[in-house]
Amino acid sequence: MLFEFSDEHGELRRTVRDFFEKESDENRVRELMSSEQGFDPTCWGRMAEELGIVGLIVSEEHGGAGLGMVELAIVAEEMGRVLLCAPYLSSAVLATSVLEFAADEAAQKEILPKLASGEAIATLAFSEAANPWDFSAIAMTAEPKGDAFQLSGEKTYVLDGQIANEIIVVARVDGSLALFRVADDASGLSREALPPFDPTRRIAALRFKNTPASRISSGDLCCQLECALDRAIIALAAEQLGGAQRVLETTIDFAKTRFQFGRPIGSFQVIKHGCADMLVEVEFARSAVYNAAFSGDEDPQSVAVAAQMAKSYCSDAYLDIANRSIQIHGGMGFTWEHSAHLYYKRAKASEILFGTASYHRERMAALLGFGAR
Amino acid sequence: MNESELRERTRALLKEVNPDAKGDQRIPFRGAQFDRGLAWVSFPEGLGGLGLAPKLQTVVQDELHKGAKTYYEDMLVNPIGIGMGAAVVLAYGREEGKRELLRRMFTGEEIWCQLFSEPSAGSDLAGLATRAVRDGDDWVLNGQKTWTTLAHISKWGLLVARTNPDLPKHDGLSYFMLDMQAPGVEVRPLYQITGEAEFNEVFLNDVRIPQKHMLGEEGQGWKVAIATLMNERVALGGGASKKGGGPIAVLLELFENVEAKRSPAEEALLRDRIAKLYIEAELLRLTGIRAKAARDSNVVGPEGSVGKVAQAEIGKAIWECCADVLGPDALVYEHGYELRQGSTSSPNSRLHAKYTLLRSRAYSIEGGTSEIMRNILGERVLGLPGEPRVDKDVPWKEIRRS
Ligand SMILES: Cc1cc2nc3c(=O)[nH]c(=O)nc-3n(C[C@H](O)[C@H](O)[C@H](O)COP(=O)(O)OP(=O)(O)OC[C@H]3O[C@@H](n4cnc5c(N)ncnc54)[C@H](O)[C@@H]3O)c2cc1C
Repeated sequence: MLFEFSDEHGELRRTVRDFFEKESDENRVRELMSSEQGFDPTCWGRMAEELGIVGLIVSEEHGGAGLGMVELAIVAEEMGRVLLCAPYLSSAVLATSVLEFAADEAAQKEILPKLASGEAIATLAFSEAANPWDFSAIAMTAEPKGDAFQLSGEKTYVLDGQIANEIIVVARVDGSLALFRVADDASGLSREALPPFDPTRRIAALRFKNTPASRISSGDLCCQLECALDRAIIALAAEQLGGAQRVLETTIDFAKTRFQFGRPIGSFQVIKHGCADMLVEVEFARSAVYNAAFSGDEDPQSVAVAAQMAKSYCSDAYLDIANRSIQIHGGMGFTWEHSAHLYYKRAKASEILFGTASYHRERMAALLGFGAR
Repeated sequence: MNESELRERTRALLKEVNPDAKGDQRIPFRGAQFDRGLAWVSFPEGLGGLGLAPKLQTVVQDELHKGAKTYYEDMLVNPIGIGMGAAVVLAYGREEGKRELLRRMFTGEEIWCQLFSEPSAGSDLAGLATRAVRDGDDWVLNGQKTWTTLAHISKWGLLVARTNPDLPKHDGLSYFMLDMQAPGVEVRPLYQITGEAEFNEVFLNDVRIPQKHMLGEEGQGWKVAIATLMNERVALGGGASKKGGGPIAVLLELFENVEAKRSPAEEALLRDRIAKLYIEAELLRLTGIRAKAARDSNVVGPEGSVGKVAQAEIGKAIWECCADVLGPDALVYEHGYELRQGSTSSPNSRLHAKYTLLRSRAYSIEGGTSEIMRNILGERVLGLPGEPRVDKDVPWKEIRRS
């Protein structure tokens, strides 16, 4: 049933929140965001072993927990809340979903258990600079070479592309989209970490020059890829919700305790109403995310629309809330030492990632046939 | 002196002291400009001016623009000194030493900063807590200032402190100029959203300020502070100087040159948004011209606040739009976030836009927040009643603070 969370869901949320409150507090986030790797492998290992959330949506036959979108949304929301620095969206959500939906069984058997156990980290290299979020715009074409293939060209904005050791590339064969596996030490592969606007999430450009690659899918994958990306979009929207909720809480605490003119600034109507608007946005975002997650598990027909709705609403809401938070904190909100800017940068980058709010509104309008005669 | 004589005088300056000569001519050139009364023509003779109407300053600026390749922007040479300090020093400073003070301010030999805000007093400036206690011919100061832009390179600070905590908050303040090299002044960088430190925290431990460095009388600090802020808000609310110039020019340039694949719907939306911003930027500029004309025939009044709030909000919206024109490229931040002092500038408009998106988050905070500006517009310009005040007629020391 829509929005009906079970006791297990509550338990999952509490466990994950307790864990991240300790393992990903603000100091830790600041350390990791300026570190070379950008994440903590030990913490990742514990997320896999102790919490079992790295393989959350990996099917049981491939060594995962085989859970669904509702659980994923819960976990992602908690991650967004603390700005977790980890390759979760890239490896545990996007690459995992693509492999589950579209890869050959042999490849699934080989790669998915390693992802679930935290032994390997995967990324999906699909975006090309001109039109990065639309699979139909992918131009890279694989050249047959003996039994295998060769890739040439560039993929960019590849999530955690610098640290991933399972690189899955989307390229064309005879015009159809296919998946390729590239070894992390393959010849002709170079990876450049891009300096991120949001230092809590890493991106890279991957360049291929006659790089050997093995094909791990059959048939044209457009639909499977879309479905996998919708999952990642819902997870990202859940992260946005978690971040927005946290920013709202921090801001309200501040508005209650910061005194100017002999009274708490939250007693000024402009601040109070601003906070009230933020609350409306957070609650709408929550409805959008939970709706998408529950449809993901119970009503696959409506997932695509729900995903676009969630991503577009949550992008706008999170960015607006992060902006308002800086403003309400005054000079403090503009400083490096306060966390407001970390959330602002995450909100801005998340808005762009996988397509902006208006990009998704446009897609939703098309899916629903608005104005079609 | 009439307009054409002033024009002649400026040309003569340019002829006799060449700002384009090899080496750094800033100090000699601006020193000569000051000595000839061309720094601030409305100031008295001998203090950088000629006692003329303020609006005639544009004649000087116009000639300098036309006649020299090197043009020293006042707001780059000494933004706080020239933007806010000069008028205050002129009106409230001691006669003795005033000329040298203004001259070194104008040449940029001595940079000024503004020590108003404190950790517990930003919008509520009059609530500030830094204490100044009289001791013979000196005042002894203790307290902390914050958000002090340029403090790390300043010679002088404009400072407001509490000289009487038993009076209601506005009445117990006095205004000083602080020698930033005085013993007991400690400046620590304060890093911002970009990783840079443009501003600082300034700690004051038993700092001695001679009585002669008080600007205005004891207890008049609020009046002098308000005069300073009016100047600041005018300086911050000017808008672009030429049509289509400033931030909107960067937006248009990016829209024209950045290659991005957008759907027709996205393209149309963006175009409409840019057109709307263009109109607003142009109206901001025109309103600035009107405000200036009013100022030239009058005194600085609350109309400066219209420009400040509009400039802040339109500026933020333009830089947000620039980032959106960049599209996914805005995921990449080439400048990086290493902690460092100073501020970034980049001739590349793509990089400049990414940086300024972050920097512009402060437009609606620095120099008075947009909320405070709107209160001023509502109460002082529109005459709406003020909110009930809990902190007005009670001794400062009894007001609640965070
Ligand atoms: C980049 C930058 C440079 C600066 N440079 C200087 C400098 O050189 N010298 C200097 O002295 N200061 C400087 N400042 C400080 C600046 O003037 C203050 O930050 C500003 O006045 C706000 O004060 P605050 O930060 O304490 O915020 P607060 O006053 O605590 O405000 C917090 C929030 O409450 C709101 N609020 C407060 N009072 C009211 C009210 N009555 N009604 C409605 N809303 C209200 C504010 O609008 C804000 O949103 C600088 C600030 C920045 C960001």
